[in-house]
Amino acid sequence: MTPLLEVRDLRISFPTGGGRITPVDGVSFALERGRTLALVGESGCGKSLTSLAVLQLVPAPGVIDPSSRIRLGDTDLLALRGEALREVRGRRIGMIFQDPMTSLNPVFTVGDQIAEGILAHFDVPRREAMARAERLVGEVGIGDAKARLTAYPHQLSGGMRQRVMIAIALAAEPEILIADEPTTALDVTVQAQILEVLDGLRESRGMAVLLITHDLGIVAGRADRVAVMYAGQIVEEAPTAELFERPSHPYTQGLFASVPRLEGPLSRLTPIRGTVPPPTAWPAGCRFRPRCPIVHPRSETMPPLLDVGPDHRMRCWLAEGET
Amino acid sequence: MGRWLAARVAHAIVTLAVAATLLFFLMRIVPGDPLSRLSDDRPISPREIARLRERYGLDQPLGRQYAAFLSGTARGDLGVSIEFGRPVTRLIAERLPATLLLGGTVLLLNFTLGLWLGVRQAVRRGGATDRWLEIASLAGYSVPSFWLGLLLAWLAATRWRILPSGGMHDVLLGPDAGMVPVTIDVLRHLVLPALTLSLVSIAATMRYQRTAMLEALALPFVQTARAKGIAERRVVWHHAWRNALFPVITLFGLWLPILVTGSVFVEQVFAWPGLGSLAAGAVGGRDYPLLMGTALLASALVVAGGLIADLLYALLDPRVRHA
Repeated sequence: MTPLLEVRDLRISFPTGGGRITPVDGVSFALERGRTLALVGESGCGKSLTSLAVLQLVPAPGVIDPSSRIRLGDTDLLALRGEALREVRGRRIGMIFQDPMTSLNPVFTVGDQIAEGILAHFDVPRREAMARAERLVGEVGIGDAKARLTAYPHQLSGGMRQRVMIAIALAAEPEILIADEPTTALDVTVQAQILEVLDGLRESRGMAVLLITHDLGIVAGRADRVAVMYAGQIVEEAPTAELFERPSHPYTQGLFASVPRLEGPLSRLTPIRGTVPPPTAWPAGCRFRPRCPIVHPRSETMPPLLDVGPDHRMRCWLAEGET
Repeated sequence: MGRWLAARVAHAIVTLAVAATLLFFLMRIVPGDPLSRLSDDRPISPREIARLRERYGLDQPLGRQYAAFLSGTARGDLGVSIEFGRPVTRLIAERLPATLLLGGTVLLLNFTLGLWLGVRQAVRRGGATDRWLEIASLAGYSVPSFWLGLLLAWLAATRWRILPSGGMHDVLLGPDAGMVPVTIDVLRHLVLPALTLSLVSIAATMRYQRTAMLEALALPFVQTARAKGIAERRVVWHHAWRNALFPVITLFGLWLPILVTGSVFVEQVFAWPGLGSLAAGAVGGRDYPLLMGTALLASALVVAGGLIADLLYALLDPRVRHA
């Protein structure tokens, strides 16, 4: 099956005072129609930047390396400019951002901001766009939809704003939804509600979802595949069940060890020692080496993605012993 | 909104009353007296001076002078100029059209061209346009307006002989000249002073607008707007600019009085018959009534500028409107 969205060897670099840094360094993954892929990692690992690159939204002065490829079906997304790019944004790929407090324009009404996306892609009169916006507001679980259309963002709670954000992303009925940390800025109880809304919409619309998150807890039972990112690279990738059963990369294992579990005996959480290094301080060879509990003799050479099992790969020399 | 407006207007009136009171007493704290200058210049007998002192009420105790000033001002009577021997309101009214024409032209140029250039700069940040405009605005901002005025007058009037160097009307144009030639004549006289003041003020506005626009363009909702797939022009002018207007509105409130009363130098250079030169003369001659009149007008404009800025804020920002 050819993937719906394919990212191959994505490199994003920024010029800095001390030379170029490459916070996304050779990321490849594929998202299939109707499936959910989770991109998991800590802040600064490059996962958000990766998702922004799909719609060419990498902030200046960031540059996507010309050798990078992002394909949507037969379309080369990185080659699109002007009108052709505009037609993909929102219409074929919708996007939800992390912070609903700042991601909505404070000076326009909710209805205007949703209808805008509809009017940008469909040749419908404004009244029809507003009627559709009203249906969308209902669909994302906001009561009294008609009245809410005339509200301004500051009049809504964080959860409500994120629902509006979802309605905006879905306004032009995209095939793919990119959700960049959609619940990070919200209270725990509201998080669950938002995820429920997203799950429902994904099923009813048959959308493919690229879920960007640092939270392994929301990945289980939601994503079909998981790609774990560390220091600008994917370090492990597998179907969700496989990854949860057999986390293989020492970093992935560290992530699981630092998450409390409900089942099993109560035990101390084991944090990963050290902190994520900034792109200016990435070590040569395996980037996880300074924090890794197991130091492989070959770790001074950067490992490629190696097979650990069927459909399960990781960027660690330990995989060589396992296959 | 109605109640807010009423409160804001009441606040403005109180501010103006306080300003008038301060002006009145500050002026009289300064040593010297308007009539002493008269007697310095020409031989006037002490008896004559005493008579004048009585006529202008300067022999009265300060409290009574203040009461007379207040009741006069409330009735719209600002007294009689010592220097000109004519009512202050009449003097101001005569000079007002020229000032409004010059100030209005400059304000208009400033808040169309200045804003547009600032936005262009921000959108093309780091590009050639941005850099050249940056140098030009810095130069414009640093050049003293009277020097620029002299330079322009020399170039346009003396060297190239394309524009009149001063005044507002051509004396050779007969009183029976038609509407069209008179208008053209005034406009020709307007070019140099308006250009001088505009170049300096546009430079400032541009720099403010560039900074505000850069900040607005970096806000997350701009990314949301782009991700929707709307045209870039709409992202810039509809989403970002609306939010980049707020700092510039403050600037507008500050410019309003400066452009009416602060063009003293430029009015001198071009012999423009406006309020600036009238006020300057009143300061030199310690012409209390005239000085009070022009200072009061300036304070009124400061207060009005603030009031207009607040109204614009409320109009443009729903968060202010609903507060």
